[in-house]
This record gives sequence, C-alpha cells and structure tokens, in this order.
Amino acid sequence: MLDHAWIIPLFPAASFVIILLFGRRLPSKGSEVGIAAVGIAFALALVTNVSWFGHVNDAEHAAGATEEHASAVVDQPAGAPGEAAAVAQEGEGTPAVEGEGGEQHAEEEADASVAPVTKEVTWFENGGVDISVGMLLDGPAVMMLFVVTLVSLLVHVYSTDYVAGDRRYTHFFAFLSLFTASMLGLVLAKTTLQLLVLWELVGVCSFVLIGHWWEEKPNSDAALKAFLTNRVGDVGLIVGVVTLFWAAGGTFDIVEINTRAVEGGIGQTALLVAAVSLLAAVMSKSGQFILHTWLPDAMAGPTPVSALIHAATMVVAGIYMVGRMYGVFFQGFHIGVSSVNALAVVGGITVIGGAGLAFVQNDIKKVLAYSTVSQLGYMVMALGVGAWTAAFFHLFTHAFFKACLFLGSGSVSHAVHSFDMRQDMGGLRRWMPHTYRTFIVATVALIGIFPLAGFWSKDEILAGASQLGGGDLNYRGFLIVGLVGAFMTAAYMTRVVYLTFFGDFRGHGHPHESGPRIVVPLYILAGLAVVAGFANVPEALAPESLALRFEHYYEPIGSYFPGELPAFSHPEFSLGVALTATLIGLAGIGLAYLWYWREAGPHGITQRSTVARAGYTVLANKYYFDHLYTDIIAGGIKGPVARGVYWINQNVIDGIVDGAGRLSTAVGRFVYTHIDQQVVDGTVIGSAAAAQRGGQAARQLTSGKVQQYGALLFGAVAVFAGVLIIFI
Amino acid sequence: MLNQFLLLGAILFCVGVYGVLAKRSAVLVLMSVELILNAVNINLLAFGALAGDVTGAVFALFVIAVAAAEVGVGLAIVLAIYRNSHSVDLNDVDTMKG
Repeated sequence: MLDHAWIIPLFPAASFVIILLFGRRLPSKGSEVGIAAVGIAFALALVTNVSWFGHVNDAEHAAGATEEHASAVVDQPAGAPGEAAAVAQEGEGTPAVEGEGGEQHAEEEADASVAPVTKEVTWFENGGVDISVGMLLDGPAVMMLFVVTLVSLLVHVYSTDYVAGDRRYTHFFAFLSLFTASMLGLVLAKTTLQLLVLWELVGVCSFVLIGHWWEEKPNSDAALKAFLTNRVGDVGLIVGVVTLFWAAGGTFDIVEINTRAVEGGIGQTALLVAAVSLLAAVMSKSGQFILHTWLPDAMAGPTPVSALIHAATMVVAGIYMVGRMYGVFFQGFHIGVSSVNALAVVGGITVIGGAGLAFVQNDIKKVLAYSTVSQLGYMVMALGVGAWTAAFFHLFTHAFFKACLFLGSGSVSHAVHSFDMRQDMGGLRRWMPHTYRTFIVATVALIGIFPLAGFWSKDEILAGASQLGGGDLNYRGFLIVGLVGAFMTAAYMTRVVYLTFFGDFRGHGHPHESGPRIVVPLYILAGLAVVAGFANVPEALAPESLALRFEHYYEPIGSYFPGELPAFSHPEFSLGVALTATLIGLAGIGLAYLWYWREAGPHGITQRSTVARAGYTVLANKYYFDHLYTDIIAGGIKGPVARGVYWINQNVIDGIVDGAGRLSTAVGRFVYTHIDQQVVDGTVIGSAAAAQRGGQAARQLTSGKVQQYGALLFGAVAVFAGVLIIFI
Repeated sequence: MLNQFLLLGAILFCVGVYGVLAKRSAVLVLMSVELILNAVNINLLAFGALAGDVTGAVFALFVIAVAAAEVGVGLAIVLAIYRNSHSVDLNDVDTMKG
C-alpha cells in the first residue's frame, strides 16, 4: 500500500469531476459520490498507516543490531534522567536529549534508517532541468492522510444534513471533494513545485467554499479577502521555492533541499532568505499575525467548510509546509541554538493576539476562528523553538477537537438559525444535550485539561519551549507566552460555553437537537479528542512500548531531516510545566466561571474605565489590522498610485501613442513623397518611357523602304564577312 | 588568271549592289540583281575552271535558270505594283512602314 498511496488523492479528485458532470442527476445530488470517494480514501489511509507502522518496525529491527554499538559510544556524557534537561549544556548544544540515556538514542539511531517511500515521474524537462512530480510518503504525510481523510469524511456526512436543500448542494460537495483532494495531494507532494501548485489549489477551493453563498456581499467579500490575503503569502512561497531551487543546485526535490540544508550545502544567506519568504507564506496560509485577518472573515462560509479549513485542509497546510521544509527553517533560523527567532516570535504573537481577539467576539464561529489562529500560533511557536513533534502532535489533536467545536457550533446555529451568542443563544444544554456534551469535551480538550488530547500536545509544546534552544534562556520566553495563551484559551472558551449553553435562552422559537448525521460525527470527534492525546504519552508516564508512539512512527528522521543533528532534540516530560499549565487552565476556567456564573468581578468596567474601554475598542476593532490594510495601506496606496498612473497614462502612455501616431504620419509622408512617388512610380514611368523611346527608335528602322532593308542586309553581311576574313 | 575573273566578279557584284540599293526604279533594281547573280556565275565558272571540274559550270547554268524564273516573278510583282500605284519608284512602295 505504501507504494501506491498516491492513488488516495485521486479518489476525491475523480469524485470532483463526477459530481460536477453527473451530480445533479444522481439521487442524492452528488453527495453520495463524495462520501464514497472520501470513505475509500479514508480506508486506504488507514491501510497506509498500518503499513507504515510495519515499515517503521521493520526498519528498526533491521537497523537495531548495528546501531547498538554506536549508541553506547554516544551515551557517555549522559546525566541523570530529568536533571540533564535543567542543566543547560550550552557547549554541546544538546541540552535535552541526553536525559533518558541509551534507550532513546538507540531508538533515534534506528529511526534514522526509516526511508520515506517515494515515487517519481518526469513531468517535463526544460533546459536540462528535470521537472518531476512524485510522492513523498513519510511519517507526517501518513499522519496527515489519516487526519485529512477522517475529518473530511465526517464533514461530508455532516454536510448532507447541514446544507440539505441548498441551492448549490451539488456544487458544494464537488468542491469539498476537490478541497480534500488538493490537501491530500499537498501532503504527498514530493517537490516544492508540486507543493506550490497544490497549495494554490487549496487556496482556490477555500475561496470557492468561503464564498459559497456569494449572493450576499459580505460572503463574497470574505472569499476575496481570503484569496487576496493568501496571495500576499504566496508571493513569499514562490520566492522561497525559487531561492531554494537555485541555492540547492537546481532541484525542487524536498528531500534533496532539506538534505543539503541540513548538511550545510546551502549558504546561510540563501537559507535565511528562503526561510523568511516561506514564513510569509505560512503567515498567510496558517493565519499568523499579521496576515491572519482573512481567517475570521472566512467564517462567512458554511460551517462544515470552516471545520474543514480549520481542522484539516487549509490552515494546517502552512504548518505542514514548515514541517516539510524543516531543514531550511532549522538551519536558516538557527533554531537549535538560538533563544529567539522569527518563526517562534510570529507564533508567540499569534498565540496571544488571537486569544485576545477571541474575547470580544459575539459570533460563536469567530471566537473559534480566533481560537484557531491562537492554536496555530502554538504550532508555529513549537516549530520555532525546535519542537517539531510537539507541533505536529498539536496539529493532530487540534484537528479533532477543533473540528468537533466547529461542527458543534454549526449544530447550534442549525437550531437557532444564528451565530450570535449574545442575542440568539443561551441555555441550549437543555434542548441540545448531544451537542452540549461533545462541545464540552472538545472545549476541555482545547483548554488542555488532563487527560484529554490538548493537555498532552500543549504540554509538549510548553516543555519544548522550556527546554530547547541555546543560551541561558533557551526559549523560556515562549514558555511564558504559551502559559498566558493557555490561560486566555481557558477563559474565552468558558465564555463561549456559558453564552451558548448556560443561562436563559435569548433567541426565538424552540431549538431542537440536530439529526444523527450531525450528532454522530460530533461524537466521533469528541471521542478522538479524548483519546488522541494518548498517541504520544511521555515516557515518564507510560511503559516504553506505549509511550511516544506518535514521535516514533511519524517523526521523519532521516538524512534530510534535522533529526540526525545533535542540535535537534526532544523535550522531556516535565511535571512542573504540566502542572503549571493545567493549573493555569483551571484558573482561566475558574475566573470565567466566577465572572459569568457568579457575576463576580468588575462587570461593566468597559463603561466605567477609560483604559478598559480603550482596550475593548482595540480588541473589538481587531487591533485595527483591517483598518490598516483597507484604509491606510490600500487607501494610502490607492490615491497616489491612481494619480501616478493617471499621470503616466496622460504623459507617458499617451505620449507614446501620440508620438507613435506622429512618427507613423511622418514616415507615411516620407514614403509617399520619396519612395512611392519617386522610386516606385519613377520605376514604372521610367520603364514605360524607356519602352516608348525604344519603340520610337525601332520604328525608325521599319521605314517600309525595301532598299533601306537591303542596305542593312548587305551592310550586315559585309560586316560579318569582314569578321569572317579577319578572325578566321 | 583567276584574280582577274575574281576581280571582275567583285566589280560586277559591287555595281549590282549599288544598283539594288541606289536605283529608284524597280526595273533597274531587278537588273542590278541580275548583275549580282552574274558576278556569282563568273566566280563559279572561274573556280570550276581552276579545279578542272564541270560542276561550277553546271551550277552557273542552274543559277541562270533560277535567275530567269526570279526575273519573271519579279517583273510580275513590279507590274502588279505599277498597276496599283502607277509608279515603279521603290520609294513610293512603303506600305510596310512601321
């Protein structure tokens, strides 16, 4: 199956075509085709996962014997477990990994021989450069196959109820399929060029789906905003890809680029340029500050699309891209040895900024959108501090609980026909018990309370921030950012739960629980939100055969990945960090509980205090980013640019046109007077005149006088005779 | 001996040519043509005698016969011209003027 994993994206892609062509004539208007295709893809993804586990185990057994010796040698300086992490070993640059000693080393060394499964065909050749497309199947790709197909399948099922009776029902399912296919293709992309193409395809699909109800202006505006904001980052991606192409010696191959980056085959400047360019792409695609503004607006799309975008397809593409090109980022930003870098800073700002915005939103989906922004910030931050596995683990768990939250919010809005928590919701737990239960589970998972999924993944990120990096500080600053983010997450999610499910119902009519096609996916996702965290239980808390399974199977340690470098290491489980994070989360919940349930605290402070009101205004205006982009940047550029363009139009372009006109007139006149009149006509007239004169001369000869003819005859004969005599 | 014959022939030829080109009367032109033919005959005979062969004399007789026929035809044409234009002046016969 591993060799043939490339057919997985083909099913949804084929489904897209079939639905578009025949969807309307099918009994279920095309949705059955989409569900079947994604279902098959999901089944194949499961098979791929199982095969991959076998692949990793085989490689490990094969390598195990030979690696024992090497690991024993490496392990000489190993300190006591746990302590080594705290004592920063700057000199060696390997502060954390020493802790567990031989076992972990043996495992990592063994993992180094897990080769990715690749497949490649030449697309075209141009100027000696072989442009090929192919499949790169390694740990993260296998993991993403599972997540994308699972979430997509559930979203498909959910959508059959949610958008039932929609005027573009068929169209909706067609693009859901294409969206899934693009993302699956991106996951398996072998070359950066392929990545770029599928990245754009994902963007196009999100544009179409966000603008699904384009008849209303805000929706089409949101779709355009999403598309255009992503264009900004795409420029970065193109620049990054091109830079890497030249820097890596003319190759688009991801593995080769990473290998060269890791082994020092690419100059530091080129790596930095590429990493910064790619960071711009991540910022737009994964909704990082300052290009996050499209993501909340993208809530204008149907809720299943939001769930798909936020959990599986669109925004995680950026995270995935960083993970795929991690060699470039790791070397470009010196992640292993620095204590601050652009990637981590962007992530850190996003964690806090997104969480802050989530407080003032009354639209339940927008709160979740900012929550996603914040959680994506965690992932980028984790990648920035060098905790690759933590980032992808968080991506993995986040996909489940965030999809569950989004689908839950869709279920709620299905009941009350609104997204406004303040005006149309409240007290819904009585009417919607299933949605309520799953939403609570997903919320607790997002907040990160033991033992739900978010706890494990967030803890790993925080542990990474506290232990990885270089210098005295490591990335401790980002540990604080992460803890503050955890507190804010807890508080705003409690607010959402309160406003939606507690208190009195403020809307109209009688809300009702949604049908099974909506509830069942919610339960599946909630169940996964509970158990997904156990995929990567730290070694300190579980027997070895169960611990760190996620890291073991999905981390792509190989020659192209910085995993082999001593600087790339994994954080240890730290009880202190875990406890602190949990307590902070509980504190956030408690504070929000006091505020909303007990009505404690300075309510109405935004009316009384100028400072608080100012803060609220800033948040309500989303830090004025939209104003900055629309009014100042776009508006500021628009006027001068328009004037400049007008001036250029009047003077340069019109000048060129006028000049060209005048020049051609002059040329025409010259051609007429000199060439046409004199040369051409002269030739014609001259030849006629020459013929006439020749005729006149010849006419003189034909006098009609026989004797003259005779004289010519005799004269000619005499001449010829003379010639005959003289010369012969 | 041969030279005198050739000289005579040449003189006769030249007189004939002069007559053909210069005389305005068609009859005189015809007569001049006869002179040219006879100049040729003298040459034929002279060379025939030199070679001791009768071929030259035979050829001369043949020329005389053809000349008689030619004069017949020529005079007939002149007569026809005279009937048309009441003149035998060759300068008047220029209907082929271009």
